[in-house]
Amino acid sequence: MKRFTYLLPLAVFLVIAGYFAVGLTLDPKKLPSVLIDQEVPEFSLAPIKGSDRGFSSADLKGQVSVVNIFGSWCYACLAEHPILMRIKEQDLVPIYGIDWNEKDPDAGPAWLKKQGNPYTLVGDDPDSNAAIAFGVTGAPETFFVDKRGFIRYKHTGPITISLWKQTLYPLIEELRKQ
Amino acid sequence: MIAEAGHFALILALFVAMVQAVVPMVGAQRGNETWMAMDRPTAISQVFLVAFAFGCLTYSHVVSDFSVLNVYQNSHSEKPMLYKVAGVWGNHEGSLLLWVFILALFGSAAAFFGNNLPPTLRARVLGVQAMVSVGFYLFMLLTSNPFERMLPAAPDGQGLNPLLQDPGLAFHPPFLYLGYVGFSMAFSFAIAALIEGRVDAAWARWVRPWTLAAWCFLTIGIVLGSWWAYYELGWGGWWFWDPVENASFLPWLAGTALLHSAIVVEKRDTMKAWTIFLAILAFSMSLLGTFLVRSGVLTSVHAFATDPERGVFILMLLLVVIGGSLVLFAVRAPALKSTGVFKPISREGGLLLNNLVMSVAAAVVLLGTLYPLFLDAVGGAKVSVGPPFFNMVFIPLMMPMLIAMGVGPMLSWKRSDLGAIAKRMRLTFMLSIVAAAAAWSYETDGPFFAIMGIGVAVWLFMGTLIELAERIRLFTTPLGESFRRLVRQPRASWGMTLAHGGLAIMIAGMAGAGGWQVESVQVMKPGETVQVAGYDFTFRGAEDGQGPNYSVIRGVFDVTKDGKMIVELHPEKRDYPVREMPTTEAAIHTMFTGDLYAVIGDHEGTEGGYVTRIYFNPLVVWMWFGTLVIVMGGVISISDRRYRVGAPARQVAKPAAVKA
Repeated sequence: MKRFTYLLPLAVFLVIAGYFAVGLTLDPKKLPSVLIDQEVPEFSLAPIKGSDRGFSSADLKGQVSVVNIFGSWCYACLAEHPILMRIKEQDLVPIYGIDWNEKDPDAGPAWLKKQGNPYTLVGDDPDSNAAIAFGVTGAPETFFVDKRGFIRYKHTGPITISLWKQTLYPLIEELRKQ
Repeated sequence: MIAEAGHFALILALFVAMVQAVVPMVGAQRGNETWMAMDRPTAISQVFLVAFAFGCLTYSHVVSDFSVLNVYQNSHSEKPMLYKVAGVWGNHEGSLLLWVFILALFGSAAAFFGNNLPPTLRARVLGVQAMVSVGFYLFMLLTSNPFERMLPAAPDGQGLNPLLQDPGLAFHPPFLYLGYVGFSMAFSFAIAALIEGRVDAAWARWVRPWTLAAWCFLTIGIVLGSWWAYYELGWGGWWFWDPVENASFLPWLAGTALLHSAIVVEKRDTMKAWTIFLAILAFSMSLLGTFLVRSGVLTSVHAFATDPERGVFILMLLLVVIGGSLVLFAVRAPALKSTGVFKPISREGGLLLNNLVMSVAAAVVLLGTLYPLFLDAVGGAKVSVGPPFFNMVFIPLMMPMLIAMGVGPMLSWKRSDLGAIAKRMRLTFMLSIVAAAAAWSYETDGPFFAIMGIGVAVWLFMGTLIELAERIRLFTTPLGESFRRLVRQPRASWGMTLAHGGLAIMIAGMAGAGGWQVESVQVMKPGETVQVAGYDFTFRGAEDGQGPNYSVIRGVFDVTKDGKMIVELHPEKRDYPVREMPTTEAAIHTMFTGDLYAVIGDHEGTEGGYVTRIYFNPLVVWMWFGTLVIVMGGVISISDRRYRVGAPARQVAKPAAVKA
């Protein structure tokens, strides 16, 4: 019995190490979403201040599109913002924005005014209604939606240029062919 | 050429460490003194070699040699010199080099100051230390070579993350590493003791100063990081339970427990296997922190560029170091015999309570940090465990311990009388209630734990003072006699008094800042005023400007209270063109009662409006000051000469008058 007590730390450590070994085979950046290959959840968001059109799930039907969750409070969103702007300037794919979790209704519009607005439509989601429906774990998070309005891919964290070129844009072209 | 020289020095250091890991160990086993004596020259040549390698990398950064990949990726020719130097350890490869440099520094310090150690123990301690070094040298040379060339050389570098261009952060990692790596000494001592099969008072005395030193560094490192987050991230917060913060907090909890249990080993010859376990645990947690930050198993705002190949290597290292030492522990620790016995209500009992709470707290933090990984590994949902979980579990766990801490040092060894102590603490108890009531009346719907925190802080602070007063027999002997006793207090007891008193101050600060922060976010035009916590913040306007390698918006606020001018605040928002990433420089005016904290954001509208965030953070300076007092206690305790003169091999039970 006493021997067992002294073996306990080793046993606990081995269990943790086992989990680490499994953890290493997973990519923490590629969060699987339960929504992959599911239809976009129903939602309808009010417009952000200073705009007259909101954003709802119906807007996503009939075209390949991208839904980006952002917030003025989010540092990482700022990092990917120039790339979103470039995508918009080159008209590569329509990007829809969900302005998530703003404490202040003015903060999101102010942020977009300063940084530029890459979004076709923006919905205001202060109470996380859409964010919860999408199963968002943090901002920025980006969903890729096909013509039928099904979610086909999800990226968590800022989009980088290399990721866009190597993975995301090819994916969009693939979805367009289908 | 310089980079190649550094690389070569690193390879040499690996071979020296291999010799140091084998020869003195075998010598100690066979009783061969010549072989044992190899420990010192190898440890000292190791530190020179790594120092040289470190110097080479620093040189490459200072002269902006962009043919070195590490410099190209992490530096920029326009970066101020301070951050060129700090950039050496601001990245994965360079920070590893700093890590092994500090490891070698501790090894050579043990070789240098280890005169009073028995030769076999010193040979084994340095041997174990070198084994850890070998693992890290291999890791660097095989997966993360900081001296890798990039040909052709680039015209300019990719810059350092502007968030990290800050003096607070420039010096935060070295302190953190001094702490992390410092626990390697306690670890090496524990493994050596397991091999020798002997843990006694002398052993505890040798381990304590090393543990204390590591603990002081780690405390400074953690608080510097927290301070950095407080004024640089501009969120008004100072602790976010981020995986990387937790990774530094885990060894701190284990190290704190170790400091206290080593006292029991020294004074009472019991809790030996437990102390050994804590020494292994403290360093294991340090290694775990390294693994979590660098392997990509968990993501966090702090994480270095992650790479699974490195993760596999570190996991192997963890398996060998932690797994190996725990196997040794399972085999050898049951044979460690303890002689001291004690009742639950006693000094030992109090220290045991500290150990239990610290360990449970460490387990909770570990579980919270790793829970997302556990769930992910079994194919469950991706979740993140946030501050609500940690605050909900951690704070209630700490409260009873803090209360016990107020009376713990008054308990006598073996068995103690709680009734007599309760009588002495009556007034303190009343004072604590009054303080909590005052905190409650300040804001009657204030958070429960903050109110309780204020009461507990008063309790702990008064308890610590009363204990000191009793030790010097204040008011029971003439004042002159008390003063003589005060001066003659051993430094270790001063250390305890300061550390406990400092913690009380810190708890008050944490309760204040956590409980009664006032936040106000708005768009302000020049001339507009908002009132926050009784202070009027008038926005005078903002202007654009240029810094050395960034463009900047500078705002000006006048802060008045009841019409009287308090201070002018100048918050900044900086844009670093190289990384296209802005940072906020909060303007903070520190007062005894709290910090006035202003952040300026972006232009809003056409009439010169700006998004501004204003906070009143009560008692924040108490946290920083409390930390200073705690660390001062640690430093004074290290300087106690009892740790430097040889201790008797077998301690006879000492009278309880000597407190540590």
